[in-house]
Amino acid sequence: MAEQVTEPRQDSKAEPEAPLRRPIAARRHMGDAVPERAEYVFELDGVTASYHGKAAVRDISLRIARNDITALIGPSGCGKSTLIRCLNRMNDLIPGASVEGKVLYHGQDLYADGVDAVEVRKLIGMVFQKPNPFPKSIYDNIAFGPRVLGMKDDLEDRVEQALRHAALWDEVKDRLKTNAFTMSGGQQQRLCIARCLAVNPDAILMDEPCSALDPISTGKIEDLMLELKKEYSIVIVTHNMQQAGRVSDRTAFLMVELDAQEKHRTGRLVEFDETEKIFTNPTDQRTEEYVTGKVG
Amino acid sequence: MSASWTARAKDLGFRALLLGCVGLCVLLLGLLLVDIVRDGAGQLSFDFLNSFASTNAGQAGVEAALTGTLWLMGICAVFIVPVGVASAIYLEEYADSTKWWNRLIEVNIQNLAAVPSIVYGILGLAFLVRGPLSLGNVVLAGGLTLGLLVLPVVIIAGREAIRAVPPSIREGSLALGATKWQTIWKQVLPASIPGIATGVILALSRAIGETAPLIVVGAATFIAFNPEGLDSQFTALPIQIFDWISRPSNDVNNYKPLAAGGILVLMILLMAMNAVAIWLRNRYERKW
Amino acid sequence: MEAAAASAAAQRAVPVIGAARRRWGETAIRGLLFVAAMISVLTTTGIVVSLLRETIVFFKSVGLFEYLFGTVWTPTFEPASFGVLPLLVGTFLICGIAMLVAVPLGLAAAIYLSEYARPPVRKTVKPVLELLAGVPTIVFGYFALTYFTPNILKDILGLHIDVFNALAAGIIMGFMIVPTVASISEDAMSAVPQSLREGAFGLGASKLHVSLRIVFPAALSGIVASIVLGVSRAVGETMIVLVAAGQVASLSANPNLPHYTITSFIGAQAKGDIPTGSVEYKTIFALGMTLFLITLVMNLISIRFVRKYRQVYE
Repeated sequence: MAEQVTEPRQDSKAEPEAPLRRPIAARRHMGDAVPERAEYVFELDGVTASYHGKAAVRDISLRIARNDITALIGPSGCGKSTLIRCLNRMNDLIPGASVEGKVLYHGQDLYADGVDAVEVRKLIGMVFQKPNPFPKSIYDNIAFGPRVLGMKDDLEDRVEQALRHAALWDEVKDRLKTNAFTMSGGQQQRLCIARCLAVNPDAILMDEPCSALDPISTGKIEDLMLELKKEYSIVIVTHNMQQAGRVSDRTAFLMVELDAQEKHRTGRLVEFDETEKIFTNPTDQRTEEYVTGKVG
Repeated sequence: MSASWTARAKDLGFRALLLGCVGLCVLLLGLLLVDIVRDGAGQLSFDFLNSFASTNAGQAGVEAALTGTLWLMGICAVFIVPVGVASAIYLEEYADSTKWWNRLIEVNIQNLAAVPSIVYGILGLAFLVRGPLSLGNVVLAGGLTLGLLVLPVVIIAGREAIRAVPPSIREGSLALGATKWQTIWKQVLPASIPGIATGVILALSRAIGETAPLIVVGAATFIAFNPEGLDSQFTALPIQIFDWISRPSNDVNNYKPLAAGGILVLMILLMAMNAVAIWLRNRYERKW
Repeated sequence: MEAAAASAAAQRAVPVIGAARRRWGETAIRGLLFVAAMISVLTTTGIVVSLLRETIVFFKSVGLFEYLFGTVWTPTFEPASFGVLPLLVGTFLICGIAMLVAVPLGLAAAIYLSEYARPPVRKTVKPVLELLAGVPTIVFGYFALTYFTPNILKDILGLHIDVFNALAAGIIMGFMIVPTVASISEDAMSAVPQSLREGAFGLGASKLHVSLRIVFPAALSGIVASIVLGVSRAVGETMIVLVAAGQVASLSANPNLPHYTITSFIGAQAKGDIPTGSVEYKTIFALGMTLFLITLVMNLISIRFVRKYRQVYE
């Protein structure tokens, strides 16, 4: 089994003595280059997500392993958010959005005809860039999910467990009935994570969860992620390369390209590999340029 | 140099003119209020509120009119709240605005908001009082007619309140696996209630002062009883006021103070409603 | 330890996406909401159908030409005459007087609020306008009849004027409409970008110049929309006229005399106990149709103008 990388990463500089400049060939299954894992949560095959016919990401193929933290990195506009929202069918909410290709979740096609997006989202949770607690008390925020999904037994226990899981219990246990907006930004985001955990998901998607937070809160949430991955599979979109290096097991690097046929910008998968390799010894020159900061 | 003097003089003169115009409006409003209070304040008493109309001006009161108005407002509210809120939810959360039938609904609401109120009375006469429903000149017909008149106010206010709820709240709910209706019922609607309530009160404030539709729908002018049921004949404050204004006064019976008294009762009701609306807005309105 | 935790996790059951079920509740709710929204369409349909039906019956016995161009309105007399011109004269006479009051005062208020007023003044002026807009029209009617005519028109201005007259009704109606003109015009003026004003101020223009030569023309479509809407309201207003302008259908445009308008005639005629299908009954609907068409056209024009000014700046 491949090693789990947990120490903070330094920004690596590519050795000039051993340049690796392989031609940039489009590879169908990036996942094939990566060592096999026991189980995959998501398997993407040729996924193209478009808005009103214009592709935001094109031809993405990779396999996300269970109990991994998988990071999606890349410059602005490369479609990372679009891609992650395909994994729990949140893209359905945007008018004009469409998805081609296959998205398999534990072998089940998420976009098959009979599949209800509501059921999908019960298993795959999401945390958003800007913390979005409901305008209710802390307790009601966490209890909302179980209540609407019919998990009404032992509600108090569930709430407590979720808050403990999110490392928030000690800070709020005395004020569960106060309004969620009275919390700090970092606490609100952990509340959103707890809210997500309360419905027992299997995977958690995080779309730049720390970009609106201060460094201390960010650190707390990164620690939380490392704890959570023991039970959940986590996919995280991040602008912060160091963060990807710190927490993720595998990293996918996406880039914007000018789509030859349609003359607009599209995101493509450049490289997907063990995080250590992406940051110390990437295969693709573009990856290297991005992670070393030569290209933003 | 002189050019800038005339320019300044013109500027100041213009500003004074504008202020004068605004002052004229303030003056008229003030005159109106003073006149009404002067004419009618002496009328206000417990007896006035508790007596029925009578040709004997000394004994006449607004009881039937006041209860009639309250009944009308009740029926109106029971109609406009569910229908208005449901329409607002449909238009904001479900309707695809590219479809022609949804645009038709929107255009309709805009147009209806500007139809003269007496035309609503004619509509009520044709369909509610006579015609298909044939309810007769009863308080239910009056309440529903007023409801149709002010429904656009509730719909427009409701839509604004729902639109003000940020999409991130809806996303957060849906991402947990809630259905669309669960999201609306448990997150969006509760958050929009202050705005909706303000809209309902605004609508009722309009409805309470409407006279013309009630005339056409057949509100009685001389009634000595309170409404006993939805199928009761009825009168209302504006109708009673109109009746008293229209009666020629003589030395024995002077109806003018009665009309002013009735107007004061109406205005006090209106002020109370607006005060509630303002209180609601200040206490509960959320700045997202 | 890592390996143990990992293999324990691997032994967890593979989650299966729940079976998709037809959510009948959701579909039913959506249907109900749609029906509620359709009530507005039904209302319009109801108005049009009810008016049209009786109007058609009306015009079977009364010629369209006689209606539109006849000069005598005596539908309940023997012999009856159905020329609507006197009512139209009354309507537009009072409407004209009202607009002569509402347009200058409303625009003045709008310019003042938009260009001149400082926050504390705004805070007092805006509520006054809202108050004015909230007064029930019967109260305006009472004021016009019992105070304005005797005290202002007769005593202070010394006019030879009837107790019931078009002038008082028109002027008071004008004040009633000021908030409509003022608020929509103010919206339009506020939508004019600040950069336009700043450009002119930078060149040394006075506030007067900027307000009248820069902002006013830029906001013109919104201002026109507000005036058209004001006219529509004036035409459709009933109680002020019914109370203060008397009940005489005359062709004379003398504001000192009483005048029926379309609305006040309907109000005076409809007493709730008119037999269905009688002459009085049909007359109400024919007049209602006329009124509806006039205001509909004006509302559509006004909406067109509002859209135009919104498009330019938003």
